[in-house]
Amino acid sequence: MLTVRDLTVRFDGTTAVDEVSLDLPTGEVLAVLGPSGCGKSTLLRAIAGLEVLSSGTVAYDDQDLAGVPTHKRGFALMFQDGQLFPNQSVAANVGYPLRLRGTPRVDAARRVAELLELVGLPGHGDRLPAQLSGGERQRVALARSLAADPRMLLLDEPLSALDRELRERLAGDLRRILKAAGTTALLVTHDHDEVWTVADRVAVMQAGRILQAGTLDEVWRAPVSGEVALLLGYPTILEGEPGQQLARAGDHGDVASVGAIALRRSALRVDPAGRLGGRVLSATVTPDVVRLKVLVEGLGEMHAVAAHDADVRIDHDVLLRVDMSRTAVLPGPAPAPRAASSVR
Amino acid sequence: MSNTSLTGRRRTVRLASVTLLSLGLALGSTACSLGGSTSESKGTAEEEGAPENTQVVLATHESWSVPDKVLAEFTRETGYEVEVQASGDAGALTNKLVLTQGSPIADVVYGVDNTFASRAVEEGVFEDYEPQDAPASVGDFEMPDDAGAAALTPVDFGDVCVNVDDAWFEDQGVEPPRTLEDLTEPRYRDLFVTPGATTSSPGLAFLLATIAEFGEDGWQEYWTELMSNGTRVTAGWTDAYTVDFTAGGGGGDRPIVLSYASSPPFTIPEGGEEPTTSALLDTCFRQVEYAGVLDGAANPDGARALVDFMLSESFQEALPENMYVFPVDDSVELPDVWARWAKVPEKPLNVDPSTIAENRDAWLTTWGEITTR
Amino acid sequence: MRGTWGPRLGTIALAVVPVAFLGVFFVLPLSGMLAQGFWVDGALDLSGVAETLSRPRVHRVLWFTAWSSLSATAVTTLLGVPVAYALYRLDFRGRHALRALVVMPFVLPTVVVGVAFRTLLAPAGPLGFLGLDGSAVGILAALIFFNLAVVVRTVGGLWEGLDRRREDAAAALGASPWQVLRTVTLPALKPGIVSAATVVFLFCSTAFGVVLTLGGLRYGTVETEIYILTTQFLDLRAAAVLSVVQLLAVVVLLLLAGRARGARSHALDRVAETSTRRRPGRRDVFALVATGLVVGFLAMPLLTLLLRSLRDAGGWGLGNYRSLGTTGGGNALTVPVWTALENSLRIAVDATLLALTLGLTVAFLVSRPARGRAQRRGRAFLDGLFMLPLGVSAVTIGFGFLITLDEPPLDLRSSPLLVPVAQAMVALPLVVRTLVPVLRSIDPRQRQAAATLGASPLRALLVVDLPAVWRPGLAAAGFAFAVSLGEFGATSFLARPDRPTLPVVIYQLISRPGAENFGMALAASVVLAVVTVLVMGAVERLRIRSMGSF
Repeated sequence: MLTVRDLTVRFDGTTAVDEVSLDLPTGEVLAVLGPSGCGKSTLLRAIAGLEVLSSGTVAYDDQDLAGVPTHKRGFALMFQDGQLFPNQSVAANVGYPLRLRGTPRVDAARRVAELLELVGLPGHGDRLPAQLSGGERQRVALARSLAADPRMLLLDEPLSALDRELRERLAGDLRRILKAAGTTALLVTHDHDEVWTVADRVAVMQAGRILQAGTLDEVWRAPVSGEVALLLGYPTILEGEPGQQLARAGDHGDVASVGAIALRRSALRVDPAGRLGGRVLSATVTPDVVRLKVLVEGLGEMHAVAAHDADVRIDHDVLLRVDMSRTAVLPGPAPAPRAASSVR
Repeated sequence: MSNTSLTGRRRTVRLASVTLLSLGLALGSTACSLGGSTSESKGTAEEEGAPENTQVVLATHESWSVPDKVLAEFTRETGYEVEVQASGDAGALTNKLVLTQGSPIADVVYGVDNTFASRAVEEGVFEDYEPQDAPASVGDFEMPDDAGAAALTPVDFGDVCVNVDDAWFEDQGVEPPRTLEDLTEPRYRDLFVTPGATTSSPGLAFLLATIAEFGEDGWQEYWTELMSNGTRVTAGWTDAYTVDFTAGGGGGDRPIVLSYASSPPFTIPEGGEEPTTSALLDTCFRQVEYAGVLDGAANPDGARALVDFMLSESFQEALPENMYVFPVDDSVELPDVWARWAKVPEKPLNVDPSTIAENRDAWLTTWGEITTR
Repeated sequence: MRGTWGPRLGTIALAVVPVAFLGVFFVLPLSGMLAQGFWVDGALDLSGVAETLSRPRVHRVLWFTAWSSLSATAVTTLLGVPVAYALYRLDFRGRHALRALVVMPFVLPTVVVGVAFRTLLAPAGPLGFLGLDGSAVGILAALIFFNLAVVVRTVGGLWEGLDRRREDAAAALGASPWQVLRTVTLPALKPGIVSAATVVFLFCSTAFGVVLTLGGLRYGTVETEIYILTTQFLDLRAAAVLSVVQLLAVVVLLLLAGRARGARSHALDRVAETSTRRRPGRRDVFALVATGLVVGFLAMPLLTLLLRSLRDAGGWGLGNYRSLGTTGGGNALTVPVWTALENSLRIAVDATLLALTLGLTVAFLVSRPARGRAQRRGRAFLDGLFMLPLGVSAVTIGFGFLITLDEPPLDLRSSPLLVPVAQAMVALPLVVRTLVPVLRSIDPRQRQAAATLGASPLRALLVVDLPAVWRPGLAAAGFAFAVSLGEFGATSFLARPDRPTLPVVIYQLISRPGAENFGMALAASVVLAVVTVLVMGAVERLRIRSMGSF
């Protein structure tokens, strides 16, 4: 169990991490989600012992880690770009932590083969890092981190350097591998999709502070603010009267208590039984659904989806049904700069 | 908190010990590879620890080349071993002595000459010592009484003279010059090369020769004429002789060079009988080299014994062959070629050592101005 | 403020050894000599400053030092860069031989080079018609001759490892070869070029033997002036003033160089060397022509030397080389030349180990990523500190040894360690300058990755830094070795006569009359140059077999 309390890191007067507290139970995967520059990588490095704490504590299983050097913490850190040793073969890279521990050669070779198998690169042991693709390199880096048999794995944007398709595939693999190995892991990322695929728990971070933390479901269902909702990947936030209008259309119980409402792209669906009316501004066909932009009276420009067989034409009116399971009701108003009906 | 700083300190200690270890390794290996060559001559460290002081440290200039077997004889006779510290020229050597006065770099010095000695004597670098059984001829070379006769013992001398390439002059059908005055004549224009007085010890000797010849007020004019007659001034003796001199092996273009009275024997051609060059004996300045016991010497007895030994027959005999200088003991037999061809001027030019000490800096400054004008 | 002291103390502890070394062998002797000049009768006396600086001769000397060093550095750099390109980026037969040739002048004793140059340039010599004997141009030529190796090797080593794809990318975007050079290649090489130029400038401005031999008395540099003031006039006050001028000039130079190199060196994409070299093509004509000219320029004095060494009393032959087993005509030496060579090699091994150990430590410290401004300043200071010995007169330091290292526990005046120590001090900046850019180019996250996998700092060093530093480290070792073998100034001042080094022996031979000794001196110089080149070549070929085993 990782316990972080009031952790603060300052550089030359600027505060990168500001009194952050976190808990991560053993065996779970926690994702720290935040935009670039929010201090999440610094937080990760501070936990790894690579940054000097200005104040606060990092403890694992009730042991205070202050003064324990990085290499004795047992936290393997996997970098965004892998940081494989360029002059060592794949097998030598993966086997490095085993050599550090003096594992007998035969056992080490077997473990390396297992790990390469686990990350889907069997038989790649003799290659050099330079001969691998970006995705393969990240897999090797993951295998190397796992070879250290860490108490906890720290992952710094492990997939963000990869292209979208590869990222989606690897994210799934990552979850599978982490769960298979039973590893406790702390992942930092700016990509909310990655969070959904890999993590059990999420902490949302902005400007050095944790805004909200909890299980995926808790956070997802009830973001504490519009800011968090935006970071969690809700593209649209309606506050005040438009929010309440939407809540009414969605048959939300206590409409008066709705301060704002966050919507996913698929929160509005074309449905002849819908209770909201609007005019189609544009339509994009994707393999699953047709994505629309619809001008809804009283709400403004909104995302919506339609089934492939729905009758949708540009500049024609459609009826929309609100799927409240794809929205989150927020208690307070959304932050000022991103006022009502902001569309991303 | 305390935990933190303790770990920090432990890490610090470890880092420091790694560094020290590596430095130790480097120094250790240094000692090894240097130690490898000490088989013939014993190292210092051993000696320093010895209860009896059997080592004499001799400071001298870089021209020192007395064979080991001569020094071995000294060790056999007296039980002292000589450690030679040789570096720099006579000027640098003297100034080193002055700088380290009171904490001397050696027990005894050899190689301080009459152009520099007075300065060291004035600074109180030496302890008075006069060898008992000095050969009679030594008296001719003593420093004046007021300039350190009691402290310094003459060991050898050499004459710095203008040398001419007789073969070249014969070829050209020109009469070679004979005196310093001649060098300013138009027919010897662009024929003379000399090392400079500020950078070379024979160069300084030559300047003193001209001061002796033309007087303290006359030499400036002489040098002005010399320079306007196309004299080339080089930094050292080496390039004057081996690059510019016609008979120095370098195919130079100057048949008149400032060198030593002992230089001509080296120009006897292969299979030939006599040298093709000669020294002009009216142009010579005599450099006398002295030995002296240093004030504050760790081993003054050994130092005195070594000074005595320098006047012994075996040391004096070794001088011409090895150091290219004449022994002060005139009873010592010279090597054959020396006896025949290396002439000793009867009346070398001379300047009083105290006068030199007093004026050298001013003379050199003036000389520098004249020659770089 | 938890945990902040740990790493800081570690850094300080690591810095202690090299700083102590520099303190004892540089700062202490230098301060001793300065005190002799400025500390009169127990009080500070600065009256000498104005007096010395108002001497017309000092003006001449300062002016000549400044412009000769600057122009020699400029020309050396301009010539060196294309040669570095040709010898390290192009693939042609004989490039290894040419690399060796470029290094040779660097190790030749200055006296010998002086004689070789004067033999060429003297009115009766083969180039006498140029009328350069005793001219400033002659001095410049010799300075360039000596220092080309510094530029070619430093820049070449960097260039060799530069990823060609970046240049290809620029070319693909429509940049002409000249634009590629200007906008991509040169900026990447800038740290190396600036480093090399700085070292060359320091070598030039403190050049001694060459200036003395070739300049005659007409041209003097601050260095020769300090020598004359100290050893001939014993005018320690003026010498101290000039030493301070030297020191200030060096500090200013280092500040400028530090700024020019850029606060943060670009991370270099270093790649395996084989992929960067290619066959020469039409666009390489300029570099090849420049290289041809430079090689001709270097070869001429070397050939002169070789030819003269092959002539003895009996005409052409190896007589001079056969004499190397003797102590010279009329026993000019106390040991045979071969023994001197052995001494030289032993001392050079020591000096190289010393320079390498200290240089690695310093380079390691300097190249650590700094936390905060204070640390950055501290590192820059350390970096500069170890360059200072190159810029300060060897005579001052040498005399300083005598007057400051005379009491226990530092009674080192007659220690046999002093010679390798002095040589290591000259080689140290070269080692540091070679290694710092390489270490800076290592992504610090590599070490962090190793640490999070459980590697102690030392293990992390072995797996991350060592492989990167290995080859440049060997090159630096070779260079340090060459510096040590060729070093004469400090060595002649300190050499113990029972163990004279080869350059010292060469100097003794050449200062004695007799064609035999002169011939031997030249033969010994040729041997020195050849041995150095062979040893450097051998050292650089060393490889660790399996890097992965750390």
